[in-house]
Amino acid sequence: MQPREIINTTEFNLVIKRLAFQLIENHTNFEDTVLIGLQSKGVCLSDRLQQVLQEINPELKINVGYLDITFFRDDFRRTNKPLIANETKINFIIEGKKVVLVDDVLFTGRTIRAGLDAMLAFGRPSLVELLVFVDRRYKRDLPIQPTYVGKVVDSITSEKVTVEWKEVDGKDKVLMYSSEK
Amino acid sequence: METLSVDHLLGIKDLTKEDINLIFNTADEFKDVINRPIKKVPTLRDITIANLFFENSTRTKLSFELAEKRLSADVINFSSASSSVKKGETLVDTVNNILSMKVDMVVIRHPNPGAHQFLSRHIDAKIVNAGDGAHEHPTQALLDCFSIKERLGEVAGKKVVIVGDVLHSRVALSNIYALQKLGAEVMVCGPATLIPKYIGALGVKVEHNLQRALEWCDVANMLRIQLERQDSKFFPSIREYTMQYGLTMNHLNNLKKEILVMHPGPINRGVEITSEVADSSQSIILNQVENGVAIRMAVLYLLASKINR
Repeated sequence: MQPREIINTTEFNLVIKRLAFQLIENHTNFEDTVLIGLQSKGVCLSDRLQQVLQEINPELKINVGYLDITFFRDDFRRTNKPLIANETKINFIIEGKKVVLVDDVLFTGRTIRAGLDAMLAFGRPSLVELLVFVDRRYKRDLPIQPTYVGKVVDSITSEKVTVEWKEVDGKDKVLMYSSEK
Repeated sequence: METLSVDHLLGIKDLTKEDINLIFNTADEFKDVINRPIKKVPTLRDITIANLFFENSTRTKLSFELAEKRLSADVINFSSASSSVKKGETLVDTVNNILSMKVDMVVIRHPNPGAHQFLSRHIDAKIVNAGDGAHEHPTQALLDCFSIKERLGEVAGKKVVIVGDVLHSRVALSNIYALQKLGAEVMVCGPATLIPKYIGALGVKVEHNLQRALEWCDVANMLRIQLERQDSKFFPSIREYTMQYGLTMNHLNNLKKEILVMHPGPINRGVEITSEVADSSQSIILNQVENGVAIRMAVLYLLASKINR
């Protein structure tokens, strides 16, 4: 069955802009704040946010890092998730900083749990917030809630939500795949 | 899911080129991990690994143990010198006793070639060969190739000469397999008595003159003279061996190019390699040791992913 487009390109860019403004509201000049995108799709979002934030205020200097959680998963040997990790690139110390973890879709919360764990190798942040593009509520396995949400999507477990990026997939949009194929 | 084609790491001979590249790609990330302030990941927290060393080792044992601990595995160590092996227990009995303590993986060094192959048929745990007699030492070959790739960008097309005691060396055989699978050209160099008679069948060149070998190569891997394995004399004296096959600064200065110098350790300074060469900028001996931990982490991680729950 064809996937359903739940966010089109126009909406997509509005959502990113709104998230950027929300970040500015809370973090003003990003002096003590860093963005960390979770590999692999969270990285697209953190890069885009950096770009949009800089368009809004060219003076801003924002530290953006990439974090891979492969070795921190709690389902090693239990699922067929890829074994090879993506690059972790954090060229700054997060000790005492405010960290905004960035991911594309929040579902069970297990990736974020692993991300919190993986992040500690780079220091003890003073505050951690979570920014997600899509929040699939109703299927949380862990007590994890986002601070900033692009869009809340109601879905059932067998459905699949993917965020597509123009840099990777050719077009900005969010798709929902229904359970029957 | 991309995964290894083998269930145990018994030798490089069983690996495919894709396996080796998968190990390298994984090791890249682990090298990153071990250079962080916190050098540890929780991946193997529910895995127990036994290091069984039926033969002496310092570097390899430490390197494996560190790799296991960096992956958060539980580790038990065994060395035959202080064990019941001396009381007449068989290999399978020793290992089965250890396995009944619920061990998931076994890293084993044994003086008999093929001990690992034999064990893999009789026990239910993932086996990593840490050296079997003069047969194979797969993780050493992997870390050697990984170090070459790191320095020269690529292994394919490179010319590598293995110098010294090829006859008694498991490092040499594993390196020949690994380098050839990755597309490098291999030459062995040493006195005729220390070059196995039919080594040409493996597709390697043979040279008995060190200077000529060095002129040909991009990388020289200097092997240690294994005095402990030599029950008869293969050359008149250490001094004579050093005169002919010891790598000196003079050799390197006479070359028109810069070559990489490697050594699997432990070094006999002043025998197969002089101190100046070992400590020179062309030597990557200590990089090899660092890469050894990352490579062993990658091997353990990839094999552990195949353990059934």
